[in-house]
Amino acid sequence: MLSRVADTLYWMSRYLERAEHTARLIDVNLHQMLDHSTAEEQPRWQRLRASLSAPMAESDIDTAYRITESFTFETSNTASIGYAIAAARENARQVRELISSEMWEQLNRLYLQIKQTSINELWYAKPHAFFSSVKEGVQLFQGITDSTMNHNEGWYFIRVGRFIERASSTAALLDVHFQAFFTNEETDMQATSDHLHYQGWVELLRSCASFEAYCKVYTAAHIQPEKIIEFLLFNLESPRSISFATGMLQSAFQSIARSTHIRRTGRVERLAGRFRAGLEYDQVGDLLQDVHAYLQNIQRQCTQIHDALYQTYMAYPIDVALTERTSAQA
Amino acid sequence: MVVSDTSGQSTLPPPFTNYDLAQPYDEMFDAGGHPRSAYQKLFHRLLEIPPEILHQRQQDADLTFLNQGITFTVYGNDEGTERIWPYDLLPRIITAQEWSMLERGLTQRVTALNLFLKDIYHDEHILRDKVVPRALIYSCQHYRREMRGIKIPLDSYVSIGGTDLVRVPDGQFAVLEDNLRVPSGVSYMLANREVMKRVLPEFFVSHPVRSIEHYGQALLHTLISLASPAQPHPTIVLLTPGVYNSAYFEHTFLARQMGIELVEGRDLIAHDNVIFMRTTAGLRRVDVIYRRVDDDYLDPLTFKSRSSLGVPGLLNAYRAGNVALANAIGSGVADDKAVYAYVPKIIRYYLQQDPILPNIETFLLSDDLQRSYVLENLDTLVVKAVGESGGYGMLIGPYSTAQQREEFRRRIIADPRNYIAQPTMALSRGPCFLDNQIEPRHLDLRPFVLHSDQVTIVPGGLTRVALQRGSLVVNSSQGGGSKDTWVLDE
Repeated sequence: MLSRVADTLYWMSRYLERAEHTARLIDVNLHQMLDHSTAEEQPRWQRLRASLSAPMAESDIDTAYRITESFTFETSNTASIGYAIAAARENARQVRELISSEMWEQLNRLYLQIKQTSINELWYAKPHAFFSSVKEGVQLFQGITDSTMNHNEGWYFIRVGRFIERASSTAALLDVHFQAFFTNEETDMQATSDHLHYQGWVELLRSCASFEAYCKVYTAAHIQPEKIIEFLLFNLESPRSISFATGMLQSAFQSIARSTHIRRTGRVERLAGRFRAGLEYDQVGDLLQDVHAYLQNIQRQCTQIHDALYQTYMAYPIDVALTERTSAQA
Repeated sequence: MVVSDTSGQSTLPPPFTNYDLAQPYDEMFDAGGHPRSAYQKLFHRLLEIPPEILHQRQQDADLTFLNQGITFTVYGNDEGTERIWPYDLLPRIITAQEWSMLERGLTQRVTALNLFLKDIYHDEHILRDKVVPRALIYSCQHYRREMRGIKIPLDSYVSIGGTDLVRVPDGQFAVLEDNLRVPSGVSYMLANREVMKRVLPEFFVSHPVRSIEHYGQALLHTLISLASPAQPHPTIVLLTPGVYNSAYFEHTFLARQMGIELVEGRDLIAHDNVIFMRTTAGLRRVDVIYRRVDDDYLDPLTFKSRSSLGVPGLLNAYRAGNVALANAIGSGVADDKAVYAYVPKIIRYYLQQDPILPNIETFLLSDDLQRSYVLENLDTLVVKAVGESGGYGMLIGPYSTAQQREEFRRRIIADPRNYIAQPTMALSRGPCFLDNQIEPRHLDLRPFVLHSDQVTIVPGGLTRVALQRGSLVVNSSQGGGSKDTWVLDE
């Protein structure tokens, strides 16, 4: 498969995962806003921006209305849903003959739906319905992808994009929440009885589409930071957990390595394997000393894997590839 | 069948009531208003089918094109609008005798043009013998000095050609122009047939229509034959300018048909005069490039330095014989519209044969006498820029304004070598299904010629129609449409 095509499929998939994540975050925040005093509103939007690594200080983007508008529609905002969907569509357009027509049509529909909605329609009518339809639109695309596209090398690059984005954005979101609710003093886990904090943790679970799944494992009576981090990091059954994502990444990389038959895959496979093993063997008790450092490390590993992926399959140096050709022929 | 009314005009039965026979040559009817023998069955069938059914089939066809994404891109729109190319339901029929003559004529022409290209890039016999003026060749926009003395596989400069044919008023076919650089349209020829089979299968039962399905295989065979014999399993790729090119659909279509990789310039790398493509499994050597990128954009080190569509170093790899290109660089000399005027002489010079397919009378504006005649008669002639294609840079005298003629007069005087003129052709017309009626429209024919160790022409071609009443321009970029082309087997 052409490197450019793999690159394009990978980014198409990352952008879609990002759009879904952002839609869920805004949806949860708008929903929480209804329960809260305005005093809490600003910090919450600050957290949203921080977790999306969006620039902090444009003075005109301060109200919930403006933030929603900017992070939903403004293509000048690279962290917006509109930007991500347009970028995903542009990538899909470049490889249109390689993806199924059903995939293209679904992505095109989603793109047009967002393009044709105005902020006022969204804001005054039914924000929740809009964001739900974006999330469902992306999930439908993923379902169509799995059931209409050959599960070949390209399909595995799509999976790599999806799960690397999910691991990285979940880690970023967790980090922001833990800095907000967990920094002070020692590990005073009992602080969760505080109503404000309780809401903050529920918000985190909802933002990761994990509230219900969490309650099935730990029951709703135990909204505890320690359990939440255990769930979102280590639960092997939840498709939203980072551990789950690392498992998917590792098996996708193994499949890609099998279909390409090249010998340079060592580094990316090793990084993906180490990433997975770390999450498999680490325990929540060990990392509570420094949650921030642990989550930073997860994001760093995502970046390393991304770089190794490029070095191995896409932007590899020509002399390395030529040497490999010569030794393969020898 | 034909009834004469009081004005002496022939009238045909519905749905042909609006069919205007007052034209020099009609594909379906002879001068007396009787259907020609090849069209007999179709004519009688059309009298029986209710127009509503035909209308329904037309809609089915349009939907098929849309759903399959068989589109072309219109320039000048910020999002690169994709449009369906208008498709006419009724087939254009060519008899077995006509086809056998066309086949011989096209084979003769492409053979002579390939010999000509080899000659002007090597020994220049034809220039030394003054059959074609040296100044004419050296001033061609598409002449590539870089190609002097380069040996290319099978001496095949034009491996894929598309020759535009028209019928002149006496019913003879003549060559309107040769497209020898990156001719397009073959995907529409194939798609039109597929759609026609789907929506009007009954028409095929009563006609022995020759198959064109093997075009993809024939093209692949042509490309493989260009590869060096040292490469028993050559890698063939199709080089596209990318998703914004107007013919991008065709590029993806042909790559799929042949099962070869569709690449862009940025996927290819030249190293030690060998071309590689960058894949996830490492670098893979490329042996033959079916390039759909113009000469100018192929190699920024040699041609336009700011092009990002090409591959730096491609020309050197080509010169070294490590990669083959179809078509060869510099093949555009032979489709320069001023060189076109010399093609009959070129055929006689290399093959010692009379041309089977005639040219259209052409005035060379660098000649003082011819130029003054043309400038006197701009309102009756067609003027074309020599290096253009796609219906751009044209003046159609009878349909032009005084201002347009003045503009062309100024341009011709400023740069006479850049223009030619031809009489306005009364192109033949064929039946088209329009608004539940059948009416005649002007059409032409572009067969696709493959040349390597042999010449292959799939029996058919792209018939383009000017769907606007009275219009003579059939180009897709200028509002034309197309229809299926049948070559009969007997």
